[in-house]
Amino acid sequence: MNNFNDAGIRIVAISVDTPEQTRVHMLQEAGYSFTFLSDPNLEVIRLYDLVHAQEIASGRDIARPAEFLIDPSGRVRWRMVTENFFVLARPEQVLAAAKALP
Amino acid sequence: MKRINWQIWAGFVLSLVAGLSYPFVFVRWPVTREFPWANLVLFAIALVLLFFGLRRAFKPEKRIVSKIFSSLAAAFGLLNLAALLFLIFVMGSWLPASLAAPQVGQKAPDFTLTDSNNKPVTLAQLLIEPINNKQPKGVLLIFYRGYW
Repeated sequence: MNNFNDAGIRIVAISVDTPEQTRVHMLQEAGYSFTFLSDPNLEVIRLYDLVHAQEIASGRDIARPAEFLIDPSGRVRWRMVTENFFVLARPEQVLAAAKALP
Repeated sequence: MKRINWQIWAGFVLSLVAGLSYPFVFVRWPVTREFPWANLVLFAIALVLLFFGLRRAFKPEKRIVSKIFSSLAAAFGLLNLAALLFLIFVMGSWLPASLAAPQVGQKAPDFTLTDSNNKPVTLAQLLIEPINNKQPKGVLLIFYRGYW
């Protein structure tokens, strides 16, 4: 995460987890320190067309994995909308894309 | 004293390890998660062991029990391998197309959501709030499934 701070990139993670669940599992247990936002009603997830309906492992509607690098004007400069759940954006890829930002 | 067919046992156990080590161990690193190199190596060793164990059990003087058990062990090993490949390459692709997700160059829709301190936050705020007293160069929005 220090690499991202140094690069001036704020990491914001969004899921259907409630603030309480995030505090317990992501902040306390896993020790992540970046910004987590809760979208339990899938409002934003739907807005971004990332709804994974009745996901097989949980049986619930959740977000499919996706990453968007957004510049200060609000424009998407890089994105990863993976075709396989096990293939996610690597930090090096994002940092390389961040270098291209003004 | 009956000598144990260690090859078949080792192959059986190793095929279990080869399968289970993916979700419990190798899924943590992109190199072994995106393509299960480590698990395929373990499976290769397991299948070799199972092959030799099978050959040994099927010698003419061996009992039928040995033949049945070793056949089951080998089948189990192959099933484990098939299950892992199915999980990663078939089930892993069971994702929605998300065709309407913002493309590069498009504006990311603004929104308001609550953070982990129950405080409402907008995307616009996240794009402006300083990092280490400097203006952010960007925000990386990571959508993920949740903690489970």
